[in-house]
Amino acid sequence: MTALHELSVAELSKALRTRGLSSVELTRAFLARIEQHQGKLNAFISILYDTALAEAQRADARLRLGEAGALIGVPLAHKDIFCTQGHKTTCGSRMLADFVSPYDATVVARLRAAGVVTLGKTNMDEFAMGSSNETSYFGPVRNPWDLTRVPGGSSGGSAAAVAARLTPAATATDTGGSIRQPAALCGITGIKPTYGRVSRFGMIAFASSLDQGGLLTRSAEDSALLLSAMAGFDERDSTSVELPVPDYAATLEQPLKGLKIGLLKEFFDDGLDADTAQRIRDALEVLHQQGATLREVSLPHLPLSVPTYYVVAPAECSSNLARYDGVRFGYRCDNPRDLLDLYQRSRGEGFGAEVKRRIMTGTYVLSAGYYDAYYLKAQRVRALISADFERAFHEVDVLIGPTTPTPAFELGAKTSNPVTMYLNDIYTIGANLAGLPAISVPCGLVQGLPVGLQIVGPHFAEPKLLNVAHRYQQETDWHRRAPPGFS
Amino acid sequence: MSLSRQDIDKIAHLARLALTESEIPAYVENLSRILALVGELERAETNQVEPMAHPLPGQRQRLRTDAVTATDQHELYQRNAPQVEAGLYLVPRVIE
Repeated sequence: MTALHELSVAELSKALRTRGLSSVELTRAFLARIEQHQGKLNAFISILYDTALAEAQRADARLRLGEAGALIGVPLAHKDIFCTQGHKTTCGSRMLADFVSPYDATVVARLRAAGVVTLGKTNMDEFAMGSSNETSYFGPVRNPWDLTRVPGGSSGGSAAAVAARLTPAATATDTGGSIRQPAALCGITGIKPTYGRVSRFGMIAFASSLDQGGLLTRSAEDSALLLSAMAGFDERDSTSVELPVPDYAATLEQPLKGLKIGLLKEFFDDGLDADTAQRIRDALEVLHQQGATLREVSLPHLPLSVPTYYVVAPAECSSNLARYDGVRFGYRCDNPRDLLDLYQRSRGEGFGAEVKRRIMTGTYVLSAGYYDAYYLKAQRVRALISADFERAFHEVDVLIGPTTPTPAFELGAKTSNPVTMYLNDIYTIGANLAGLPAISVPCGLVQGLPVGLQIVGPHFAEPKLLNVAHRYQQETDWHRRAPPGFS
Repeated sequence: MSLSRQDIDKIAHLARLALTESEIPAYVENLSRILALVGELERAETNQVEPMAHPLPGQRQRLRTDAVTATDQHELYQRNAPQVEAGLYLVPRVIE
């Protein structure tokens, strides 16, 4: 019999109803696995032993009553950017190291209502700013495929936990690639929905015109089941979109015959590792075999994604993070001389280096005399990039390319120069700037390290992305491979 | 574009960030690198382009009726405050 931690969300859901498996038993099994591997991976900031078991008992009671709901009793972990009532919510920062959230994020509340059990809160780059999980105040997460390498970021704890089978699934957020890049580097599936599809209420803000909540799971099918429960309109998020949520699981099996795939020409650039490129071509062949047609598509402004992002995201971050003032909540410095000293030292000591870099970059590009040259210019280029995507989607149904230029890099390899770290997100940032949904699925290994295939669709094309990813996963088994030592 | 020590001091002040002496050289170097990266934007021709502030076309800011919906929960929220007295947030003396 397959070990519990190898079962998919769909299989767990079935086992909880028909095989006499209890949620308490399942939750204990995962908590034990987390405890066993936490020292190696550092994937969690908080492990919620007591409340997880209490939630599991409640789920078992609901199951005994025969309540409908596919997710009742299924365990899950939340990225520590989502507020969880009564639990520490740190956002990976010293600033919030002791912050206990007085309320639940909408994402947390919805999944709770659907019956999921929260195993813990996962490690992440500080305030989701990073691509390697090395900026966390709580220390880096290690990649289960190679403990000397990074898991990606910023949702590195969620990705490592799912890849190492410490949880069947985890929530995550994506501002410039923070779901898809760690999914690729850890060999799992990660979906960033359309901007506005998932509520941002209670999801600690980084860059509000880019932030979007999503999922890290092993398969597209699991993402579909969870996204149906997580997505939807929320009046408490002013950018939440008022559109009904489709049943994402219902369209997974649609045949791919006639699907028009655009190969993103700009993604197959000089920076792309040759072996990674080959794995992408192999994956495209699998989709071609199922009846999809391929053509090359050019998005001429896409190479400007990274510079555009590093104006827009820091600008929004400098504004959003102004709330951390050492007065109402969060870190406060010792013995402030006066109010200015309290603000400056609380922020200077409470934030880490990368967060301070981004706040300062944002402050600079918004400051008098530079606003037009940087901020307004970036917003104009953002419009050009968005228009490029829109044109492409008149010709093709989805765009495909690699998720990252290379597989996972070594811890410390890119920490001395922030720009080399920023360039790791070169293929993922475009979808955030244009607000588009995108998914990364594992499509092979290069020297024992996973490679991710990225599929980008038009606004609200989540059903199509999940369908293509699922059909690909029916023909391949990359998403079933566990890192050595974690099977 | 290269930034000076004085530029960093000014930006840090605007951002209300106290930096230690030992941190400053790295910020001078790294912020200059970041500005060189974003300087690539100059290459794009944008004279006829409207700036894009929202990623979804046609979305309008939603409004709600101006009615009180929140209840007073200051005790709950102030549990996270560094220093509170009699329901008030304490800060260093502002007016001498």
